[in-house]
Amino acid sequence: MATQNNTLSKGIDWTIVWLYAALVAIGILCIFMVEYRADGNWMSTLFSGKTNYSKQILFAAFCAVVGMFILLTDSKLFTALANLLYAFGILLMLATFVIGKNINGSKSWIPLGGGFNLQPAELCKIFAALALAKYLSRPETVFKKTQSQLLATAIALLPAALSILQHELGLALVYTAFLIPMYREGMPAQILIIAISFGVLVIASLTVEPNLLAALLTLLAGGILYLLRKSIRRNRSIIKIVAACWIFCVGTQRLLVPYIFNNVLECYQSTRIYSMVGRDYDCSLNQKSARKGKERPAKKPDDYNVRQSKIAIGSGGFTGKGFLKGTQTRGKYVPEQHTDFIFTSLGEAFGFAGCCLFLGIYLFLLFRIIQMGDRQRSTFSRVYAYSVASILFFHIAVNVGMTIGLFPIVGIPLPLVSYGGSSLLTFTILLFILLRLDADRQMVLR
Amino acid sequence: MPVFNQSRGGIIQIIFAAVILVIILQLANLQLFSTKYKLAAENNALFKKVIYPDRGIIFDRKRKPILENVIIYDLVVIPIDSKGTDTVGLCSLLKIDSIEFKKRMRDIITKTGMVRPGIFEPMLSPEMFARLNENLYKFSGFTLTERSVRNYPFHAAGHLLGYIDEVDTSFLRVHKEEGYQMGDFAGRTGLERTYEKVLMGQRGVKNYIRDNKSRLQGEYEKGLYDTAAVAGKNVFSSLDVELQKMAEELMTNKVGSVVAIDPATGGILCMVSAPTFDPNYLTGNQRRKHFADLLADPRKPFNNRAIQNNYSPGSTFKTIVGMIGLSEGVIDERFSVTCGGYFTGCGTGKPKCLDKGTFSFKEAVAHSDNTYFSTVYKKLLDQSKYETTDSALNVFNSYALSFGLGKKLGIDLPSERGGLLPTSAYYHKVYGKKFFPCNIISNAIGQGEVNTTMLQMANVMTIIANKGWYYIPHLIDSIEGGDPDDLLTPFKQKRLADARIPEKVYEAEQNAMQAVMEYGTAAASAVPGIVVCGKTGTVENSAKVNGRVEKQQDHSFFGAFAPKDNPRIAIAVICENAGQGAWAAAPIASLLIEKYLKDSISGTERKEKYTTMVNKNLIPKLMRLEMAKNDSLKQLKESRLEQQRLLQESIEKAAEEASGIEQPIIPNTPAVPKKSTPKEAIIPKTGEKKKKYTIS
Repeated sequence: MATQNNTLSKGIDWTIVWLYAALVAIGILCIFMVEYRADGNWMSTLFSGKTNYSKQILFAAFCAVVGMFILLTDSKLFTALANLLYAFGILLMLATFVIGKNINGSKSWIPLGGGFNLQPAELCKIFAALALAKYLSRPETVFKKTQSQLLATAIALLPAALSILQHELGLALVYTAFLIPMYREGMPAQILIIAISFGVLVIASLTVEPNLLAALLTLLAGGILYLLRKSIRRNRSIIKIVAACWIFCVGTQRLLVPYIFNNVLECYQSTRIYSMVGRDYDCSLNQKSARKGKERPAKKPDDYNVRQSKIAIGSGGFTGKGFLKGTQTRGKYVPEQHTDFIFTSLGEAFGFAGCCLFLGIYLFLLFRIIQMGDRQRSTFSRVYAYSVASILFFHIAVNVGMTIGLFPIVGIPLPLVSYGGSSLLTFTILLFILLRLDADRQMVLR
Repeated sequence: MPVFNQSRGGIIQIIFAAVILVIILQLANLQLFSTKYKLAAENNALFKKVIYPDRGIIFDRKRKPILENVIIYDLVVIPIDSKGTDTVGLCSLLKIDSIEFKKRMRDIITKTGMVRPGIFEPMLSPEMFARLNENLYKFSGFTLTERSVRNYPFHAAGHLLGYIDEVDTSFLRVHKEEGYQMGDFAGRTGLERTYEKVLMGQRGVKNYIRDNKSRLQGEYEKGLYDTAAVAGKNVFSSLDVELQKMAEELMTNKVGSVVAIDPATGGILCMVSAPTFDPNYLTGNQRRKHFADLLADPRKPFNNRAIQNNYSPGSTFKTIVGMIGLSEGVIDERFSVTCGGYFTGCGTGKPKCLDKGTFSFKEAVAHSDNTYFSTVYKKLLDQSKYETTDSALNVFNSYALSFGLGKKLGIDLPSERGGLLPTSAYYHKVYGKKFFPCNIISNAIGQGEVNTTMLQMANVMTIIANKGWYYIPHLIDSIEGGDPDDLLTPFKQKRLADARIPEKVYEAEQNAMQAVMEYGTAAASAVPGIVVCGKTGTVENSAKVNGRVEKQQDHSFFGAFAPKDNPRIAIAVICENAGQGAWAAAPIASLLIEKYLKDSISGTERKEKYTTMVNKNLIPKLMRLEMAKNDSLKQLKESRLEQQRLLQESIEKAAEEASGIEQPIIPNTPAVPKKSTPKEAIIPKTGEKKKKYTIS
C-alpha cells in the first residue's frame, strides 16, 4: 500500500501544485480585501460561509479534494472518456436552454440546489480540450489535411457557438484559444496570421473612419499589385487573389462588422466594445435590442467600470497602498470587484511591483505547462497541455487586459483568483488532469 | 515519437511573454506615469471632514464671559434606516403632523439622499432634547448630534457682539483664500466679524474613506493625515457688562445711543444702540423668524446708532468751537458777549439764545449761549491772518480733524461711519464761487452741515478729559496668547490732538464744563460726590412726513467725563426726539457715571431717578405710528391665518369622520403663538410699555 502511495505522488510536478496553491491563496486574500470592513470582526466570519471569501475557502477545500481524486485516477481514464465527456458537456449546454437559470442576464447556469449553480460552458472548456487532444492524437488523423483542421476547429468552436446563444460572449471567445494548440500541432501559420489580421481589421473598422479605412485598404491592395507586377505578368491569378482579399476586407469593414454589432451583439455589448475604443455606440441602430424592445438603450457610453478599474489600479503607484488599505477597494467603487475585476484590488494594494510579481507567477506557470507539454511522449498529453496553457493564457490576457483598458469588458474570470466555484473548479480540474497525465508521461497514451 | 513542430512551442512562449509584456507596459503607464488616477482615487474615496473648533469666548473687563458656547442638539435622520420607525410617536413628541413629517423626509431625501444623515429638526430645546433622548430607541434611523452654538449669558450687547451665520456665495467670493466652504459659519457682524480670524480657531480635517454611495467606511490610515482642530482664542474686552446692561435698561423705550470710553486706554466701557435686542433671540431654531421680525421693525433695531448714524452734534459742538477760539487767540477766557435774544452778527436774527444776558467763556458754556459761540465762530473765519474764509475754514477743520471728527475713528466694529466735516470745496458747491461766514454760521452751535457719530463725540470728551490725547476707541483690549495678526496694534498707539492747543485751553474748557454740571444747563444731573464735566446739546431736526418736511421734537444730547481730575469715564448720550439735552440724555449719562465710578446707584432720590428714566417712553411719534400700523397689519394677517387653519381643520375632521379611519391623536397646539393676543389698541397710548426687543 505504501508503495502505491509512493507511485501516486511520483512524477507529480510539485512546482505546478505550489504555483496553483499560491494563486488560490492570493485569490482568497484579494477577495478578503474586497470584503474587508474595518469595524467588522473578520475572524468570526472566516469560516461562516456567509461572506465571499469564506465561501471561496470552502470552494478551495472542495477543489483540493477533487484534485486529489483526479490524481488518484488512472490517466487512461481521460483518453477513454474524452469523447463521452465532450458529448456530455454539449448536452449540458443544450440543457441550459431548457432548465437554465438566468444570472446577470445570461441563461447559462444550471441550479444545483443549496444556492450553488453550475455553468456548463465553464466545464466544457475541459471537455473540449480533452476532445481536441483525443481527436488530434488519433493515429488516423492527419492534421496536415484541411479536412482534419476544419473538424478540429469545429470541435473547439461548437461550445463557443452555444455560448454565444447563451449571451456569454466572454466564454465563447475563450474557445478561440484552441487555435494555439492546433498551431502547435502543425496547423499552417498562415491561419494564425490571418486570424490575427482579421482581428486587427475588425478593431480598425471600429476605430478608423469607414471611408478612410476603405481607401487605405485599396491603397494597400494597389501597393501589393505594384510590388508583385513582375509575378503578375507570369501568373494572372494573383490579381484575382488580391482582388478577392480586397473585396473581403472592405466587405468585412463595411458590412460584416456593422452587421455583427447591430444584429448579433446585444446593445450593451456593442456599447462596451465601442466605449473601449473611445467611441459612442448608437443603440438605436441595434436591431437585436430593438426587436426585444424591453432593453433600454444606454444613453452614455458605459465606461464606468473601466474608469473605476483604471483609477483603482492606477492609484496603486509603484508599491501600492498596502494590504487592506486600498481606498477604492474599500469604497466599493469597482463593480464586480470580487469576480471579474479582482485584479484591481491587487493592483491598488500592491502596486506595479505586486502586479509584475503576480503576472510573473502566471507566466512562470504558463511556461512550465508548455515545457511540460513538450516533454510529453504522447500527442494526447501534449495537445492537452497546450490547450490548458492557452486557455489560462487567454483568460489572463483578456481579464487583465480589460481591467487596464486594453480589451473590451467581457465577463471572463481571472483563473484561480476570481471568486467563483465553477471557475475555480474548472481550472483545478484542467490543471490536475494535466498533472495526472504528466505523471504518467512514460506511458504512451492515445 | 517524433517531436515535430518543436520550434512552435518556443514561438508560443514568445507570444505569451509578449502579451504579458504589453500588459506590464500598460500597467507601468497607469501606475507609474499617470498621476491623474491617484487624484481621481482621492476624489472618489477620501472624505475630508472638517472639524470645527469651539469659537473663542469674549470676556468683559472683569473677566465675565459675555459670549460663550453651549452645546445643543439636532435631530438627525438617515432616511434609509428610518423605515418602520414609530412615526406617530415621533410626530406627537415633536408636535408635528404626519403631513409635515412626510414633507420633511422628502426634503431631506432630495437634499442629502437616502443613505446620508440629514437634519430633521435643528437646535432642539432642552426639554425637547430630554424627551427625545429618553425615547430615541423607539425611532430607528434617528439620532441626536450635538453642535456648538453661541450663548449670551447677560442677554446684552447684541450690536457689539454680532452674530455668526452660515457663509453665502458672496462671502465665499470675498474670502476666497481663507478656506471657507459652503455650510461653514463665520462672524457676519460686530466683534464676531472683526475678530473672526482669532475667534474661529483653526479647523481640523479628519480623513475618512467613503464608499460609492458616500457612506463613511472608517478612518483613513488610522488618522495619520488628520489635523487636529485648534480652539478659537478667547478675547478680553474693555466692556463693563454691568454698565452695558444698565445702559441698555436706561435706554428702554428710547431711540438713541450711549457710548462710554475709558479715557486712559480708549477702551469702550459700554456702547448701546437703542432699541437693542437680546442676542439670544438670534440663536436657536426660531432665528430666521426673529431675524425677519427685527428687520421689519420700523425702529431699525439692527442699526448700531452709536457708529452708523450721523447726528448733528448740537451744542456739544460748542466745546470744540470754544477750544479752537481760545487756541487761535480770537477770544480769551475773559472775552464776553451780550445776548439780547439773538445773534446780531449776521443780521438774520439767528440763532436765537435762550438766556439773555452777558456771558464770559465759562458762563457761555455753562448756559450754552448760542450768540457767544456764533461770535467766536464768525471771528475764527474772519481772522485777518488767513486771507480768505476758505483758508480760515481749512484751519478750523484741521483742528476739528485732530479731534477725530470728519473721518472714521477705526473702532474694531464693522460699518463705522465717519460723520461729516464740510470743507470749503463743499460750500463752494452749495454757495458758488464765494461764501461768507454767515452762510455757515449754524455750524457754530452744531446745527449746520457738521455731522458726527456718537463714538466721535465720546472721543471728543476723552480728548478734553485727557487734555489733548486719546487712543482709538476699541472694544477688545487683549487676545489670549498674543496678537499675531496685529489686530490690536492701532489701539495701542497714543494719539495727540492738535499741538496748537495749549493745556490751559483744556483747563478752561474743563472748568466751563464743570460749571455746566454745577449751575449750568445740566445742574439737575449732577452726580453727588463726583466732579463731572459735561455739555448738553439740543439738536433741532426734521423728518419727511407725507412728502412734507416737518420739524420734529429735538434730539436730547449730552457729553461728559468724570471725575475731573484723573478722569475714568468719558460718555456721550443721545435720545432721539426726547427734547432738551438736560431732559433725557444728561440724567442717563449721570446715572451711568455714578454706576461706573461708585459701582451702584446710591440714595433714594437717585434710585427714583433711575426708575423714572427706565420707565420713560421716549419713542419718537413717527416711529410709534409706524409700529402701530405694522402691528395692526400683522394682526390682520394672523387672524386670517387662524381662520384658514380652523377651516382646514373642520374640513379634515369631516373627511376623517367620513372615512372612519382613526387618525393619530396629535396634541392640539395653538398654531398662533401666544404673543399674538390682540393688542390693547391699534394706536398705542403714550407710556405703553413696549418691551419686545428691549431688555428689562
